[in-house]
Amino acid sequence: MARTLQRTPLHDRHVALGARMVPFAGWEMPVQYAGVIDEHRAVRGDAGVFDVSHMGEFEVEGPRATELLQATLSNDLDRIETGQAQYTLLTNERGGILDDLIVYKLEPARYLLIVNASNREPDFRWLKDHELRGSDVRDVSDEYALLAVQGPRAIERLCLPEARAFTFAEGEIDGIPCMINRTGYTGEDGCEVLVMADDAGALWDGVLERGVVPCGLGARDTLRLEACFPLHGNDITPDTDAMSAGLGWCCRLEKEFTGAQELREIKARGPEQKLVPFVMEEKAVPRQGMPIEGGGEVTSGTHSPMLDRGIGLGYVPTADASPDSELTIDVRGRPRRGRVVTKPIYKREENA
Amino acid sequence: MAATESYPDDLKYHREHDWARIEGDEAVLGITWFAQDALGELVHYEAPEQGANVTKDAPYGEVESVKAVSDVIAPLSGEVIEVNAKVVDAPETVNEDPYGEGWLIRIRLSDSSERDALLDVDAYKQVVAES
Repeated sequence: MARTLQRTPLHDRHVALGARMVPFAGWEMPVQYAGVIDEHRAVRGDAGVFDVSHMGEFEVEGPRATELLQATLSNDLDRIETGQAQYTLLTNERGGILDDLIVYKLEPARYLLIVNASNREPDFRWLKDHELRGSDVRDVSDEYALLAVQGPRAIERLCLPEARAFTFAEGEIDGIPCMINRTGYTGEDGCEVLVMADDAGALWDGVLERGVVPCGLGARDTLRLEACFPLHGNDITPDTDAMSAGLGWCCRLEKEFTGAQELREIKARGPEQKLVPFVMEEKAVPRQGMPIEGGGEVTSGTHSPMLDRGIGLGYVPTADASPDSELTIDVRGRPRRGRVVTKPIYKREENA
Repeated sequence: MAATESYPDDLKYHREHDWARIEGDEAVLGITWFAQDALGELVHYEAPEQGANVTKDAPYGEVESVKAVSDVIAPLSGEVIEVNAKVVDAPETVNEDPYGEGWLIRIRLSDSSERDALLDVDAYKQVVAES
């Protein structure tokens, strides 16, 4: 049945800027304004802003909030303090990945989870089903908008103090109160700014006035792929596990959480397949679902604006997964050569 | 810089958003402004081999943007006598100049009667208006 697409508080501004709007995870979102490649370069060279208000926000609170999250998330919350954030996985009983998310420790017994838009409802149900007496999970997504301001000059353009990655603080931008998170999905410096939905328009206008370039989901995808950040639904799914996906670093197997035992077993015997980043050596744009010769598959692919070549992520048999291995992708019937590389696919040279 | 919308009246059009500039028993083929705009900035042109035969209404190549790939449909049949190497090297040329520097192939026509089935500019503009 057709379902009405949701709109973020910035919808009218996107349309006024000439954005091309597309359906994404049940939302009507800007895929590009001027063009994906120009927007991508703006983020690599200066600063860009993305409306990511479609993402979900949950608050988890109560004396047993930590216990609930420790039992359902793969990373170890004891490793962060109030004011710090952590990348983590919501896992199922098979060790599969229900979602990847960032958890923010607001207070010793209060957390904010920012989850993928497409997983908002199933994640919420999952956490509700696992709720303990003394832990309250609330979906607060509709109260907030989220802007990602990313790029080497993002912090400077917002006149924010320097801060370490994966920290956050209450603050204000142009007099608008917000939560400023030093996180992102582009491989660049920058922040993600959580703001009350009613203030989103004023914040967006202020950010643009500071010379930050509006960027759509198209550039968000090319940027995250150059940085080798997996996309849930493409590269990681409930049927793929963290060990195969190269996300063992955020699974603390010394603690107990859903699927931990299965992950220990996968780790012990070694995953059969591994998710690898690759760069094409022949002209071709790899795409999701293309077979990789020898029993693998592309899970994300695009054209890298910085390398001016096809790049992607895909699962290959472990024997073929080491950096520098050649791989051959079936591009609509044409075999095209690529090579496994190390993460990230692209990283800006820091100025000396 | 992307070109502004235009549909030259000296060209013949195919409803799959392809154009032909007929020159005697040869024709130069490309995609229209509408097609390149719908795709966005092109990053790859999968061209046919020189000497290959293309068939009216059938795909002869592919153009790709960051987000999408599209077949390129031949508006006329014939033998490929030239491929635009500039577009192979710099596919964005199509966005900048879809009817000039951004042409895709030149063919020797195999059936001169086929041209009668193509659209003139007014008929093609009608197709665009309905798209």
